[in-house]
Amino acid sequence: MAGRVLTITSGKGGVGKTTATANLGVALATRGQRVVVVDADIGLRNLDVMMGLENRIVYDLVDVVEERCRLRQALVRDKRLSELYLLPAAQTRDKTAVGPEDMVRICEELRASFDFLVVDSPAGIEQGFRNAIAPADEVLIITNPEVAAVRDADRVIGLIEAEEKGPARLIINRIKPEMVRRGDMMETAAVVELLAVELIGLIPEDEAVITAANTGRPVALSDNSLAGRAFHNIARRLLGEDVPFVPLREAGFFERLLRFVRTEGEER
Amino acid sequence: MRFLDRFRRRRQPPSGEIARERLRLVLAHDRANISPGLLDTLKDEIIAVISRHVPIDPEGVRVTFTEGPRESRLVADIPIQTGRRRRG
Repeated sequence: MAGRVLTITSGKGGVGKTTATANLGVALATRGQRVVVVDADIGLRNLDVMMGLENRIVYDLVDVVEERCRLRQALVRDKRLSELYLLPAAQTRDKTAVGPEDMVRICEELRASFDFLVVDSPAGIEQGFRNAIAPADEVLIITNPEVAAVRDADRVIGLIEAEEKGPARLIINRIKPEMVRRGDMMETAAVVELLAVELIGLIPEDEAVITAANTGRPVALSDNSLAGRAFHNIARRLLGEDVPFVPLREAGFFERLLRFVRTEGEER
Repeated sequence: MRFLDRFRRRRQPPSGEIARERLRLVLAHDRANISPGLLDTLKDEIIAVISRHVPIDPEGVRVTFTEGPRESRLVADIPIQTGRRRRG
């Protein structure tokens, strides 16, 4: 069976595309899927450092396009999981080194050996973005519950529909439940309604994401963080499971006690 | 002053609500590619056309853009100066 190409994009920068790509890659691979994460942000490569694989890169996407190596040689295996690979972007070139047709061709070749290709799009709506969505079977839009990010997400959703890559599905990232509770952050339901797209994930703001980026160990590698669990929930939904959208929060003392008594693993 | 501010602030909706309302308008304009400036232009031209045929109150004319779940529409609200008001 040919692999599915998922592209993660947002319009606005800094909302969590690369974090989401790394973690969905990890979460899907944890569930036994053969996964390759593809960094389509040529010239500003970051997915490698997010995943802690920066020291193992030999060739990159542009080397493949320009036929300095075979595709297989450019893939970096993540040793923490059995079937997770990274196709890194070039750091010293710019986005014009790759075209949409190159991305389509490379992804066609990768489809044969993987269940999922998760493509990390650059910010913006220019060529890098076009490259990233050209091979996509499905597009996941990531946004934050704030005005500028939602506006850009709406623009991108329109472009994806125009390219007939839709309907895109939505991840809302960096939710602060406490601010939502006192009315100082938009409710996720309001964001979904404004953008009129299907929701696939809610990720709470979580300091663990920052320490994970510091160390190159994506949060989804363990069960210990709220954000990590939220990414696993998205992976389960991608695999067709019906996972309800319950607000994730830290378990209180009694909940932890209850969970301890009942057996673990319910929260996932 | 700070004492008064506290009362004033309470009357303002929470910022999340303000964000939602601002986005509702921004997205409606973005999607239809109709800017507030274009609405002003339309208003001026509508006033010019209508007042050639019917006496209207140019100050009272409102041209607004609304976006619903199924359709978007431009709404022009044009108060006509009635005979009675003109006499008075």
